Amino acid sequence: MKEAEPDKGNAKGLFSTVIPPTLTACAVLGLWYFFSLVVLNEGQRFLLPAPHQVVETAFFRWRNLEELLLAARATSLVTVLGLSLAIWIGMMIAISMSQARWFERTFFPYAVAIQAVPIIAIVPVIGLWMGFSFAARVLVTIMISIFPIITNTLFGLKSIESNYHDLFTLHKASRSTRLLRLQLPGALPAIFTGFRISAGLGVVGAIVGEFFFRGGKERGIGRLLATYQARLQIELLVAGIFFSSLLGVALFVGFSALSNRVLASWRPPRPGQMNG
Amino acid sequence: MANSASDTGGSPETRLIVFDDVSKTFPDGTEALDRVSFSVGRREFVTVVGPSGCGKSTLLRMASELTPVTRGRIERAVENIGFVFQDATLLPWRTVQKNVELFPQLHGIAKAERARLAAAALELVGLQGFDHHRPRALSGGMKMRVSLARSLTLRPPLFLFDEPFGALDELTRERLNEELLTVFMREGFGTIFITHSIMEAVFLSTRVLVMSPRPGTIIGSFEVPFPYPRSPQLRFQPEFATLASAVSAALRET
Repeated sequence: MKEAEPDKGNAKGLFSTVIPPTLTACAVLGLWYFFSLVVLNEGQRFLLPAPHQVVETAFFRWRNLEELLLAARATSLVTVLGLSLAIWIGMMIAISMSQARWFERTFFPYAVAIQAVPIIAIVPVIGLWMGFSFAARVLVTIMISIFPIITNTLFGLKSIESNYHDLFTLHKASRSTRLLRLQLPGALPAIFTGFRISAGLGVVGAIVGEFFFRGGKERGIGRLLATYQARLQIELLVAGIFFSSLLGVALFVGFSALSNRVLASWRPPRPGQMNG
Repeated sequence: MANSASDTGGSPETRLIVFDDVSKTFPDGTEALDRVSFSVGRREFVTVVGPSGCGKSTLLRMASELTPVTRGRIERAVENIGFVFQDATLLPWRTVQKNVELFPQLHGIAKAERARLAAAALELVGLQGFDHHRPRALSGGMKMRVSLARSLTLRPPLFLFDEPFGALDELTRERLNEELLTVFMREGFGTIFITHSIMEAVFLSTRVLVMSPRPGTIIGSFEVPFPYPRSPQLRFQPEFATLASAVSAALRET
């Protein structure tokens, strides 16, 4: 539309958005080398192998890379399934809460409680009840990622200005019309914020789940991390951490892109706003 | 130029809305309005001026049944009432066209008919060609025009305006005043218009009501004798200035 970025802004944007993070990456790599090669002596070096050793072991040996890629696929499956269910269930709960005060009063304290419970503490119990495989991992993912979906959706649905409600009241709109035509579209920015926060948590949930529930054929990243740790394969451990962060970042970026696509045309541009 | 504390307007058969001794006390005990009586008929443009917080907005909210009356009663001869807020309250995710279609849509009017009504209303406010713009691409004055067009789709015989141009700059406000009068003359609806601006009140109205501070009550009523159409130059006529200063004096007495 009208407000396309002026051309000269792009070159400047490249400098301001690409250069600083690149510098950070170089600094981190430098520090990493420094600790690995200078601070640690040869006997201790296995604790933090240099970056090129990690790349060599994890990416240039097919057996290791294959193992990691398969694990990343298994973890993605748990994450995406858990996250999808969390979004579905979380939004249903939030919508119900917005429609019925008694429902909110009855269940919101428990939604908060779920958030406050250290999931790690109840994970063993989940294993006993559900078995130590796929379903249990998905359940842990849902439990860890559902709270931001509920709170952000509910906040969005309830933060529509009263003027807008008056508009619908004047024309005797039904509850469902109000929800569908006013509250849900109006809540979209908040809903997408919830999605982005939950994306990162979903990966955490999947990996924690795999760490505890190692049943079944699938070997996720969480399970690999435990194995590498036990075998002191630090190069592969670092690579495993890298893959799990990559998964989280990919989901975050995906949701950001989706939200920008949906909201770009109508959301007022706010100065100094981050992407999304 | 009559000046009486209790006001009645329009002949009984053309009255669209009658306030009969209406008072409003909020649940927290705040008395917003005290025994307000007046009526508005077809082709009448009634403006209410008064100090901030004198219950002017409450008056409109009660007229449209958004807020219940505490004492007294309001008789409405019509169901279909247009209400334009100070804020344009456009749905930012909808295009101009879809925003204007909102009310017909809420009343279950079919898609093709909605589009026709919206196009006609947009033409009335001079916004044809902006159908596919989103509200955020529009200026404050244009947003207000869209808001007006949205209310025009259902052709209400009675219009309520709650300081619709209060947030606009002087020039835009004057232009919108003139455009509003054009629409008013074409459609012939009855109007209750709330404003802080005496100039705006005198320029637009057939009658200006002056309210006291809270609890608001009508303390003055001024017939505005200037015939429509009114030219922008009217604002510089001595008769206009005389009337405006009379309204101003009444407001100052409060």
